[in-house]
Amino acid sequence: MSPILFWIFSLLMLGFAASVVVNRHPVASAMSLVVSFISLAALYVSLDAYFIGTIQVLVYAGAVMVLFLFIIMLLDLRVEQRRRINAVATIGGSLVAIAFVVQLMAVIHRLPGGKQPFPPLQAGNLDDVRNIGTTLFTAFNLPFQVVGVLLLVASIGVVVLSKRELK
Amino acid sequence: MITLNDTLLVSGLLFAIGFAGVMLRRNIIIIFMCLELMLNAANLSLVAFSRFQVGPSGLPNYNGQMLVFFIITVAAAEVAVGLAIIVALYRARHTTHVEDISSMKF
Repeated sequence: MSPILFWIFSLLMLGFAASVVVNRHPVASAMSLVVSFISLAALYVSLDAYFIGTIQVLVYAGAVMVLFLFIIMLLDLRVEQRRRINAVATIGGSLVAIAFVVQLMAVIHRLPGGKQPFPPLQAGNLDDVRNIGTTLFTAFNLPFQVVGVLLLVASIGVVVLSKRELK
Repeated sequence: MITLNDTLLVSGLLFAIGFAGVMLRRNIIIIFMCLELMLNAANLSLVAFSRFQVGPSGLPNYNGQMLVFFIITVAAAEVAVGLAIIVALYRARHTTHVEDISSMKF
């Protein structure tokens, strides 16, 4: 992918991520988050991670965000009332975020190989999904099955939490 | 050309935006969305490192993408459980504002 497209999608992603934080209406925040996730999927594709980009769109921009919007509309949240701003949290949060970015820039300037472009991949088509499937079912077979159990536990937990009266 | 530094910088900025959102916002659903932003920032840097370390066969190092796969799975489960907790909390307290939910027992 050309650098121009990379920067366009990066700016889209960061801009809509900032809009998630700034927007006062929860539905507007959720819609901004969808755009941010789709731009992030484009960045994954630009890094030749086609499978990860696809499941980013399917799972995050699809399933997770539908769940968020569903809950926002179920709870019928309105625009937040303006309250007194908590000065300590605002200043502290901004300071820590800015300090994190400064620290990160200092670290990545000393990263070995960080200033080289990404090395080229093998010629021809990249069998991304097949390679990922092979790795997943051989080297990562046990974690894969553990994650299946985790999803089962999570869905049972959601059913228990959603029951009217907790015993 | 795009370098590893550029990708890591974008990922770090996304993490900082998510972190600032968690600190600044008081709506529990927005806080939860910002947590998702931070998880995605970590995923972006993992994919960048996976693409950067090309092996002798000319393939990216798939261990990083495997970790991203598991993070996405766990995040989906986490969102389901977290939103169920938020709904239960809203039923009990009729608010999603974290400053109204400061007592540990009711």
